[in-house]
Amino acid sequence: MTWTADQPIVKIFDVHKSFGKTEVLKGVSMDVAAGEVVCIIGPSGSGKSTLLRCINALAVIDQGSVQVEGQEVHDPDLDQLALRRKVGMVFQQYNLFPHKTALQNVMMAPLHVLGEKRGDVEARARELMRKVRLAGKENHYPGELSGGQQQRVAIARSLAMRPDIMLFDEVTAALDPETVKEVLVTIRDLALEGMTCILVTHEMGFAREVADHVYFTDHGVIVEHGPPEILFSQPQDPRTKEFLSHVL
Amino acid sequence: MTQSLLRRWILLLPLVSLVLALPHEALAAPGQPGILASLLKWTPLIFKGFLLNLLASVLSMALGTLFGAFLGLAQISPNRLVAKSAWAVTQFFRNAPWLVLLFYTVLLIPFEIGISGGVIPLPDTAKAILGLALPVMGNVSEIVRGAVQSVPSGQWESAQALAFTRRQTLWMIILPQCLKRMLPPWMNLYAVLTMATPLISIVGVEEAMTMTRAALAAENRSELLVPMYGMLLVWFYLYCAPIAAWTKRLEMRFGVKA
Ligand SMILES: Nc1ncnc2c1ncn2[C@@H]1O[C@H](COP(=O)(O)OP(=O)(O)O)[C@@H](O)[C@H]1O
Ligand SMILES: [Mg+2]
Repeated sequence: MTWTADQPIVKIFDVHKSFGKTEVLKGVSMDVAAGEVVCIIGPSGSGKSTLLRCINALAVIDQGSVQVEGQEVHDPDLDQLALRRKVGMVFQQYNLFPHKTALQNVMMAPLHVLGEKRGDVEARARELMRKVRLAGKENHYPGELSGGQQQRVAIARSLAMRPDIMLFDEVTAALDPETVKEVLVTIRDLALEGMTCILVTHEMGFAREVADHVYFTDHGVIVEHGPPEILFSQPQDPRTKEFLSHVL
Repeated sequence: MTQSLLRRWILLLPLVSLVLALPHEALAAPGQPGILASLLKWTPLIFKGFLLNLLASVLSMALGTLFGAFLGLAQISPNRLVAKSAWAVTQFFRNAPWLVLLFYTVLLIPFEIGISGGVIPLPDTAKAILGLALPVMGNVSEIVRGAVQSVPSGQWESAQALAFTRRQTLWMIILPQCLKRMLPPWMNLYAVLTMATPLISIVGVEEAMTMTRAALAAENRSELLVPMYGMLLVWFYLYCAPIAAWTKRLEMRFGVKA
């Protein structure tokens, strides 16, 4: 069975996942079409990060299925590295490599993972630094950059692998309010270019603006989902209403 | 800052040894050479022994670091069995008395080994160096493990998400960040090792301690005991104290505690 672009690029079906005795995901299903922007919202501890981590096999599921471009992620024969080359991920804590400059951070994976030529990689990395509006900061170390700047380097680093899908896990949660916007603008640009994005976020205004589809999770299940204009203005489930009343 | 400290030491320590030696000078029996003269006479011989201490410290450290690095990496292996065995070996050599390890090595290793026809002699000095390298190995292994585990897990995670293999992550991302953290405890270990090298006199290596004892036996003058051992102390102090000071400076600069 070969995957074609009219099928969901990410297909999550009835995923269960436990840590020890606590079941963190209790049968989650979700389809994401290519080019779509999906936001996952919900209280902390509801399993949002775990769900994202199942998509690039950072976490292993106990039951159900996760398919990326038609390939079962949890097939023991799957080449995990090949999967991760297609799926980029950006974390709340940026996790830049502190001993490398911004540019080196962006160049490392294409050089050593993809084995591309240094000249090509460097040109692309510089272009990406411009794209995340950080031209001129190439030779700065992460410690010399603000949180928002580090996070944009992290986004550029992920994009340097030319992924088909980007995962963002509360990437603005650790930032000062002033720098949140610059990161959101970067992500919005990406979304507008047609990158498939799955983001966990607490920025409801942003979710409403960029998302094609919003999922609300609570206690390991998807309580409710729909287009943002419907989910945010006419939530059906009492839990969704309760949550939105706190965050909107 | 190190420069001025160093100068102070170098000025201070001969003074200390003189103070140690002077009261004994008066004790020199009539008709015998003075204490200082006797010290000077034996200094070249004892100093040659001292160089052997330093050589042993450098070689033991090199060997111990090499083995210890492997053992430390084995401790963080994803293979449970490898990790557990490496942990056990590390604990054993870290917690064994150095002297006992030294005796064991010297006694257990034959004085020569035959490899494909040829015979390689193993002098006591080589065995003693190996004996000291064992506890160094245990300690280096812990230094490596501790430093690797002190790197935030987010570093592993983001490397994984970028499709780096485990090996690449370790060598390109984790270990380069650890080197700084490992340096101060490693230097500390080296100073401790150097101070422990007189142990090898017990297994018959002709290092500074052995030479001092030989000199004292030849002179057979009790008033020489304190000045001669004092001189040895001063030499070790002069060699090790700057290392300790430098370690402290690095610790402060990197913001780590040994
Ligand atoms: N590696 C782990 N080991 C044990 N428990 C975990 C682990 N990761 C997450 N959890 C638990 O799983 C639950 C869901 O976590 P998470 O997916 O991070 O939620 P969210 O991102 O929605 O805040 C939490 O109760 C958390 O404590
Ligand atoms: Mg989370």
